[in-house]
Amino acid sequence: MTGYTFAEKALARAAGVASARAGDLLDVRPDVIFSHDNTAAIRKTFLQTGAQRILHPERVCITLDHAVPAPTTDHALNHAEIRAWVAEQGIRHFFEVGRGICHQVISEEALVLPGEVIFGSDSHTPHFGWMGAFGMGVGRTEMAALWAVGELWLRVPESMRVTLTGALSPGVTTKDVSLHLIGAHGIDGGEYRSVEFAGDALDALSIDERSVLPNMMAEFGAMSAYMPPNQRVFDYLEAKRQRNYTPLYPDADAEYAEDIHIDIGSLRPVVARPHQPDNVAPAGDLYGEVVQQAFLGTCTNGKYEDLVAAARVLKGRRVSIRTLVIPSSAEALKRAAADGTLSILLEAGATIGTPGCGPCMGNHMGVPAPGEATISSANRNFKGRMGTSDASIYLANPYVVAASAITGRITDPGEFLS
Amino acid sequence: MTSSHRAWAYGDNVNTDVIFPGKYTYKVRDPKDFAAHALEDLDPSFATQARPGDVIVAGRNWGCGSSREQAVTALKYAGVVAIIAASFNGLYFRNCVNNGVLPIVCPGLRDAVATGDIIRIDQAAGEIFVGEARFTYTPPPPGVQAILDAGGLLPMLQARFRG
Repeated sequence: MTGYTFAEKALARAAGVASARAGDLLDVRPDVIFSHDNTAAIRKTFLQTGAQRILHPERVCITLDHAVPAPTTDHALNHAEIRAWVAEQGIRHFFEVGRGICHQVISEEALVLPGEVIFGSDSHTPHFGWMGAFGMGVGRTEMAALWAVGELWLRVPESMRVTLTGALSPGVTTKDVSLHLIGAHGIDGGEYRSVEFAGDALDALSIDERSVLPNMMAEFGAMSAYMPPNQRVFDYLEAKRQRNYTPLYPDADAEYAEDIHIDIGSLRPVVARPHQPDNVAPAGDLYGEVVQQAFLGTCTNGKYEDLVAAARVLKGRRVSIRTLVIPSSAEALKRAAADGTLSILLEAGATIGTPGCGPCMGNHMGVPAPGEATISSANRNFKGRMGTSDASIYLANPYVVAASAITGRITDPGEFLS
Repeated sequence: MTSSHRAWAYGDNVNTDVIFPGKYTYKVRDPKDFAAHALEDLDPSFATQARPGDVIVAGRNWGCGSSREQAVTALKYAGVVAIIAASFNGLYFRNCVNNGVLPIVCPGLRDAVATGDIIRIDQAAGEIFVGEARFTYTPPPPGVQAILDAGGLLPMLQARFRG
C-alpha cells in the first residue's frame, strides 16, 4: 500500500471521505470559491437553476479585475450587475476595481489557507499551490452549481512530481523554471494532473517567486499544482487569516505518474515565442526579433518583486518602446510607490495602469495593433490572445521584459545587471 | 445503435483563444450569438458551414488555455454534438460534459479522418466507425454519463431545484 499524494489527501478531506485515490470520482466541497468579471454571466445561469440564494455566501470571493476600470459601457453594465448581486446575496469578500487580480488579492487577504481547496472560474486557479492549497479552474456553469449546492464532481487527478534543486542565477526567475518545464515537456505535459513541486530549491524562494510556478502550470495542462508550505508561507498568512488550518504534505512513498528533476542553477533567461507557451528558446538567441511594446503585469509576473526586478534593469536607463506596467494588486503598487521603485520605472519612460489583468486577454489598456509584437511577463501567448490574431506575443521574466523595453528587441538582461 | 455525423478535422493544441476569442467574452453575451465566432481564428469556414449533428475530430490537448465556457457553447450552438480528440485539456473536458456535448478520448481517430468525412458512433459500445475501420473508446463513467444524459449540469440542477 503506497502513500498518498497531496491531491489525494486534499480532495479526500474536502469530500469528507477517509481516503481517495487517483481516478476516483468525488463530490468535493471547496473551502473557497471565486469568480471575477464573469460573475454576471454566472448569475444568469444560477438563476436558471431555480435556486435563489447562494448556499454559502461566506465562502464566495468576487474580484473585478478583467476589464478595470470599465473601458466600455458594456463592461460598466457588467460591473454594475455584479455589484447589485453582491449586495443582494450579502457577499462580504468583494473587491472593487483597482484592488487587483483575483489570485493575488485572495492570497494577500489570506482568504484561502494551506491544505484547503479553492475553485475559481479562471484557468489560473492552480496559482494557490504556492501556499499548499488545491486550486482548480472551473467553468461558469460549474461555478453556478457551486453557488447553488456547494459541491462539484471531480475525478481525482494523477500526480507528477517536479523536484527543483540548486539556486537561480542572476536575471533568472521562477518564470524561466516554468517555461523550461513547459518547453521540455509540451503544453500538455501535465494534462489532467496535479503537479507537485519538491526539492531544496523551494526553500530559497520568496512568496512572489513561489506563486509563478503553480500559476504557470495552467499552461502545462495541469488540473492543479502544489508546493509544500514552509514557515515563510505561514508567516505571510498569519496577520490576516480568519481561521485555523492544517497544512498537508504528500507521503514520502506517494505514487507519482512521472518524476522530473530540474537543476535550476543551470537555467538561463528564456522566452516563449509566438504562438505557444512551449515554443521556448534562450532569450540571448532572439536578439534579431523586434518588439513594439513591453508589458509588465498579470497574475503571473505583475507582483511587487517583479516591479523591483524591472527597476533594477531600468534604473538610470530609458525605454525605447512603449512600456506598460500594470501591478497585479494595489498592495504591489503601494509598496513600489513607497520605496521608489515606481519612480525608477516612470523615470525610465514606462507608464502605469490600474491594477488588474490589463491587456493580457485583449480586453483593453494596451492591446497591440495587427502586425505588432509584444514582450510580455504574462502566461499565455496564443494567437489572438491580446485582441488581434495578427499580433505576436513573447513571454518572458520581468528582467527580460525590461531589457527588451530598452533595446526594442528580445534581449537577455545579463548586460544590464552587472 | 449508431449515429452518423459529419466531421471537422483539426490538429493538436487547438486552444480556447482560437475556438472563441477572448475579446468577445464580455462583448457577446447571448449564447445564441457565440456560434457566429466559433473557431474564428482557426477556420473561418466553420461558423458559416457547420450544421446540427456535426462532430469535431482533433489531435492532442484540444481546448487548452482559458476556462471560458463559450469555447464549448459556441461549438454547441453551431451544431456540434461530440468532440473526439486524442486528449483534452481537463477544464475543457469538464465544460463539455457540463454542457451536454459528448467528449470522447480516442487517440487513433484523427489520422483516419478528414474534414467532410462521415463517421458513425456507437455510444453504448464505445465504438467509432470510419468506413470499414473500427476504433474503440472507453465510455464515460456512470456519474459523468448521467450529466450528459440530462443534457448538462444546468438541466440536472433544474431537476433538483424545480423538481
